[in-house]
Amino acid sequence: MSASSARRTWQRFSSGERLARFTVFLLMAAALAFSMRTVQVIPEFLLDSPTQVMDLLRRMWPPDYRYYPQGIHTALMETLHIASLGTLLAIVMALPVGVMGANNIVRIPALNWLSKLILVSSRSVNTLVWALLFVAIFGPGPLAGTICIGFRSVGFVGKLFAEALEETDPGSIEALTAAGAPWPSIFIKGFWPQVAPAFWGISLFRWDINVRESAVIGLVGAGGIGMVLDTALNLFYWDRVSIILVSIFTVVILAELLVTAIRKRIL
Amino acid sequence: MNTASTSPGQPEGQQRSLRIEHLSKAYVPGKPVLNDISFSVEGQNSVAIIGPSGTGKSTLIRCVNKLIAPTSGQIYVSGENITRLRGRELRHARRKIGMVFQEFNLVERLSVMENVLSGRLGYVSALRAWRRAYPQSDIDRAFDLLESIGLIDFYRQRADSLSGGQRQRVGIARAIMQAPHILLADEPTSSLDPKTSVEIMEVLVKLSEQHNIPLLINIHDVELAKRFTTRIIGISRGLIVYDGRPDQLSNEHLKTIYGGEEWLS
Repeated sequence: MSASSARRTWQRFSSGERLARFTVFLLMAAALAFSMRTVQVIPEFLLDSPTQVMDLLRRMWPPDYRYYPQGIHTALMETLHIASLGTLLAIVMALPVGVMGANNIVRIPALNWLSKLILVSSRSVNTLVWALLFVAIFGPGPLAGTICIGFRSVGFVGKLFAEALEETDPGSIEALTAAGAPWPSIFIKGFWPQVAPAFWGISLFRWDINVRESAVIGLVGAGGIGMVLDTALNLFYWDRVSIILVSIFTVVILAELLVTAIRKRIL
Repeated sequence: MNTASTSPGQPEGQQRSLRIEHLSKAYVPGKPVLNDISFSVEGQNSVAIIGPSGTGKSTLIRCVNKLIAPTSGQIYVSGENITRLRGRELRHARRKIGMVFQEFNLVERLSVMENVLSGRLGYVSALRAWRRAYPQSDIDRAFDLLESIGLIDFYRQRADSLSGGQRQRVGIARAIMQAPHILLADEPTSSLDPKTSVEIMEVLVKLSEQHNIPLLINIHDVELAKRFTTRIIGISRGLIVYDGRPDQLSNEHLKTIYGGEEWLS
C-alpha cells in the first residue's frame, strides 16, 4: 500500500494533549468556584453598589475649588519635591550599584551578587512599606517620603542601568583598552557615551512613576498630597476629596507629557 | 605635515620595532593555537600575516598588546620587553602599540574628533578626558591627521553617521594618534567593499611610512597583501610556514598555507 492512498488525518493536538488541556480547564473552573465561596460576596451589597456609587459621586460634586489655594497647592508642591529629590537620591545611589552589578565591568561574581541583592531588596519592598519604615525612623513628613522614594527607586534605576551597561558594544571598549586608557577614562569615553541616553531615559521614567507614588505615600504619613487626601477622607469632605483627585490627575498627566517630550529630545 | 620627529616618545636614533620570540598560546593546555612564533618588524616595513581562518592570526595580533595573555615567549617593543608587564606599566606599553580593528570599534555616539582624540586617552588623565581638556598639541595633531585622511569636514559629525570606509579611516587616525612604535591591524578591510579595501590599505601604508611606524597586518586577501606589503608571513596550524618577499610567494607556498589546490586557478 502506498503512502499517498492512505487517508491521512491531522489534528492540532494529540489525544494526550487534549486530555491535559481538558484537565487544566476543569481545575480552573473548580478554582473559580472555590474562590467565589471564600470571598463571600454578599448579594445585597453587590446589588446596592450602583446606588452607593451614585451617592458618592453626588457628594463629590461640585468639587470644592476654593480649597485648592488654602489646602492643596502647598502639599502638591511638596509631593513634586519629594518625587524629584527622591529620584535624585536614587540616581546617586544607583550609579555605583549599577556599575557593580554589570558583569562586563566588575568581574567579581561576589560583587555582582551583592549588587543584585541590594537591587532586589529595594524592589521587593512596596513603596508603602518603605514609607511606614521611614516614618517610624524620621517621624511623619516629607523627609521620610523622600528617603522612601529614593530607596524604592534604586532597585529600578540600578537594575536597568546595569542591563544597559551589559549591552554595550565590547569592541569600542577593547579599542580603548588597546590604546592604554586607564579604567576611569574607559568608563567615561567608552561605556558612558553608550549608556547615557538609556540612563537619562530610565531616570525620567522613574521620576514620572515617583510623582504618582509620592501622591500615595502621604496616606501613611510620609508628607505631600497624600496626607491631605487622608484627612479629607477621614472627615468625609467628599467635595475636597474630588478636587484633590483632580489635582493629582492633572499633575500626573503633565508629568507624563513633560517626560515624553524630553525623552524624544535626548534619545 | 607630520613627520616622525613630531611624534613624542621616540628615543633618538633608535628604530621603532616589534620583536616576537618563541611566542606560544594555548587556550586549552596541550593544544597550542600558536606554536613557537618568532619574527620581527622594524622601521618602515609592513608585514602581512596570511593564513586560513581559525589559525590564530587574531590571537597572534592580540597577544602583542596582551589583550590575550600569551602562554610563553617574549614580546619586545622598540627593545623593551613587555611580556611580564601588568597594571600601569602594561597600560604605558599599550600606548606604544596602535591597533586597527576589523569592525572599526569606534565609540559610535561620540564625534569623529573625540574618537581620534581617544587615541590619547593613555596619555591624558581621566579628569582631563572628562572635561575634554586635551592638550592643544594633541588637538593640532588630530586636525593634521583628519586632513591627511580626508575627513577634516566631518570632524564634528557623530561616528555612526559615517560610511564603513570613513569609519576605518577614523580608526586608523585614532591608532596613529597614540604615536605608536608598532601599528597592528586585525583584518582592517574585511568589512569593506573591494574598492574601499584598496583605499584603506593605501591610507594604512601611507600613514605608517610617513610616521615611521612599522606595520603588522592580519589579512586574508592574499592579493591585497602582495600589493601593499613588503613582507609576507604565512601561518598554518599555529606555525610559520612562509616568511619572505611578496613576489616570491608562489602557488606552492599558498598550497602549504591554506591546504588543497582546487581553489587556486
